[in-house]
Amino acid sequence: MSIRHAILALLSTGPKYGLQLKQEFEATTGDVWPLNVGQVYTTLQRLERDGLVESDDPGSDSAHNSFLVTPSGEAELSRWLNTPPDLAAPPRDELVIKVLCALKVPGVDVTTVIQVHRRYLVELMQQWTRLKEDEADFDLSFALVVDAELFRLDSVARWLDAAESRLRRSSMEPRNESGAPLLRRRLVRWR
Amino acid sequence: MSFLELRNVSRSFGVGEAKVDALRGVDLSVEPGGFVAVMGPSGSGKSTLLTIAGSLEEPTRGEVLIDGVSLSRLSRNEKARLRRRTIGYVFQDFNLLAGLTAVENVCLPLELDGVSAKRARAIGMDALEELGLADRSNHYPDQLSGGERQRVSIARAVVGERRLVLADEPSGALDSVNGEAVMRMILSACKTGVAAVVVTHDAHLASWADRVVFLRDGCVVDQTTAPPSPESFLQPLSGLEDPSSGL
Ligand SMILES: Nc1ncnc2c1ncn2[C@@H]1O[C@H](COP(=O)(O)OP(=O)(O)OP(=O)(O)O)[C@@H](O)[C@H]1O
Ligand SMILES: [Mg+2]
Repeated sequence: MSIRHAILALLSTGPKYGLQLKQEFEATTGDVWPLNVGQVYTTLQRLERDGLVESDDPGSDSAHNSFLVTPSGEAELSRWLNTPPDLAAPPRDELVIKVLCALKVPGVDVTTVIQVHRRYLVELMQQWTRLKEDEADFDLSFALVVDAELFRLDSVARWLDAAESRLRRSSMEPRNESGAPLLRRRLVRWR
Repeated sequence: MSFLELRNVSRSFGVGEAKVDALRGVDLSVEPGGFVAVMGPSGSGKSTLLTIAGSLEEPTRGEVLIDGVSLSRLSRNEKARLRRRTIGYVFQDFNLLAGLTAVENVCLPLELDGVSAKRARAIGMDALEELGLADRSNHYPDQLSGGERQRVSIARAVVGERRLVLADEPSGALDSVNGEAVMRMILSACKTGVAAVVVTHDAHLASWADRVVFLRDGCVVDQTTAPPSPESFLQPLSGLEDPSSGL
């Protein structure tokens, strides 16, 4: 999440003060991501240093200044909007690691471990859905943020479902002697 | 008091080697206005649970009570009336009547129950409109897409004076916006006191329910507790900065 670029986006509709930026940022993200005003001022100072924004009274206390975006700030914003974030490398997902570890621990029922995490995810999703039920009809940004979070949690829940059914199937199949899955063996050889 | 109660319900199919225990000692109760989702892998007994709760099948053991009355004490006719008037059922394969249009399918149970044709049609049209199908009301099922048929069958299940809605994968053929419209419709029925049980393996949809029950191998293995409050996860953004942003 880049506060820097979010601020450039907010300034693209006209000059603004720091406090105003904080409020607009929170409104734009459906009040889901509160931001402290200190972060806004630090970010504005750095943007100014890099020539991406200009203050109406350079050198004075940024709390009293209004800021506007420069042409190079506009170019940077456009570059950022159109650059896909790096999703190529899988993140080191703690939940995936927990399930992989559970497989190794004697006496641990992995299905039970999976269910603990599944229930937690569904409870979180219930909470997000509750928010949507009350407000989403009225606020597009908020609905988009809530959907993004629901889809993210849902994809984790689906992974747990897939993991459980994979476990079930593998417990019914005979093991290959080396114990290592075929695909992994092949990848290891490729390297 | 619960509107729907399953007490120690078991159901098996077949005998000997081929015997399948689809449900084993399931307890479940749903209050009026309660919205329960049932999740579980394929074959875990979800549809079996729903058909037994809807009096379409008998349990091998255990008891089902609707509005405090044990189904085993009702005559065939009384059960038929219960299914027509009180229970709205959304089948996994929609089960629309091919010779009737969308709106006729929706109002059929109302008319069977003595509501005037004109009034039934108005109620049916409202329900279809809420699900974005106003312009499809005069189409026959074979002229509708899978998702449209599914929404017609949901409209049919919630209209009238239903007090229990049972839905089996009500959004299997729907995209997320239409799936949401369906869950909102069931939720608004619950707000008027209808008890609902929705079977789904989609966590997104299950999250509309007040309570999610997890079924595995015919047993209830877990259920959600009161979800955490939103404040606990809405925290000021700090330490989340993208390092490449230069901050
Ligand atoms: N009429 C029947 N005769 C024999 N076995 C049956 C019958 N109906 C269901 N079963 C078995 O009972 C078990 C539970 O079936 P059920 O249809 O309730 O599963 P489900 O959870 O709804 O699955 P899905 O998600 O695939 O719809 C399955 O193993 C199924 O094969
Ligand atoms: Mg089923």
